[in-house]
Amino acid sequence: MPPVPDDLRTGVRAGLPLLLGVVPFGLVAGVASVDAGLSPVQAVGLSVVVFAGASQLAAVDLLATDTPLAVVVLTAVVINLRMSMYSASIAPYFESFRRRWEAACAYLLTDMSYALAVAEFRSDGPTDRRWYYLGVAVPMWLVWQVATAAGAVLGARIPDRWGVSFAVPLVFLALLLPELSDRPRAVAALVGGSIAVVGAGWPLNLGLLGGALAGVAAGVVAEGRTAS
Amino acid sequence: MTTTYGPLAIWAVVLVVGVLTFGIRYSFIYLLGHVDGMPPRIERALRYVPAAVLAALVAPSVLDPGPTVAATLFDGRLFAGVVAAGVAWATENMFATLAAGMVTLWGVTFLL
Repeated sequence: MPPVPDDLRTGVRAGLPLLLGVVPFGLVAGVASVDAGLSPVQAVGLSVVVFAGASQLAAVDLLATDTPLAVVVLTAVVINLRMSMYSASIAPYFESFRRRWEAACAYLLTDMSYALAVAEFRSDGPTDRRWYYLGVAVPMWLVWQVATAAGAVLGARIPDRWGVSFAVPLVFLALLLPELSDRPRAVAALVGGSIAVVGAGWPLNLGLLGGALAGVAAGVVAEGRTAS
Repeated sequence: MTTTYGPLAIWAVVLVVGVLTFGIRYSFIYLLGHVDGMPPRIERALRYVPAAVLAALVAPSVLDPGPTVAATLFDGRLFAGVVAAGVAWATENMFATLAAGMVTLWGVTFLL
């Protein structure tokens, strides 16, 4: 066996604590998928092809209520739009990679792999960026796939009255709270959440999309107010 | 609830969301060298996407306006959501948040 590069190992070690958070999230994604009527194979397929937890949960949630497919896709994609920021921010550090490695690293880009890798790259040490990034991102990918598969197998056996599907909004809640770090973001959340509640009965799930768009607009306006 | 969509529709969603998500992730990594990063106005707006979308996803699941104020407030999901939000705020831990929310919901459902 060839020796394991040191920077790969450093990356794996840096990502370990975060894997603890990936496990329950992945389990919920698996359970929610089979709960919504996906087969275990479809649940794992979704995890492998999309590999973005919040959007996967939103997609299966909307599929379960037979929302029009265009709305399902649009909602999932809007949730992932934030990744374009990560893409822009991390791009300079990937510039020396070959095209196929760039594409592989892009596929593995998540909130967590981005946050860890950029913190390391900014410190400008002698780290081999590709190995470090793969060390962080590949274990996350593996754990995510295993956790969703386990959730998909388990999920079919849990009785309905346990209300396991409530774990889905709880995951979103756990992701939301750390976001509320400043006033404009809190305003964005308040407006987005309120409109979604008021519009819960609107057709085409417009309450969700309308809430999201109004929330973003409110955040931008609140930022302008804070700055001036 | 369970979907009535067939396997073809589900796989189509998986594939389209997957391709578009990869496109988002790859966008600027691919474009670098062709453009100078992201237009500042768009970058500003994108900062508020997570907070707005996540709140819009959470809120209707915990807050279901009933016929009266009391019916709206005395609700297991709202109670469990508030407890979970407190735990999320204090610990920023996914597992603790899930555990607190689910245990509270089960407590309300099975004990009351």
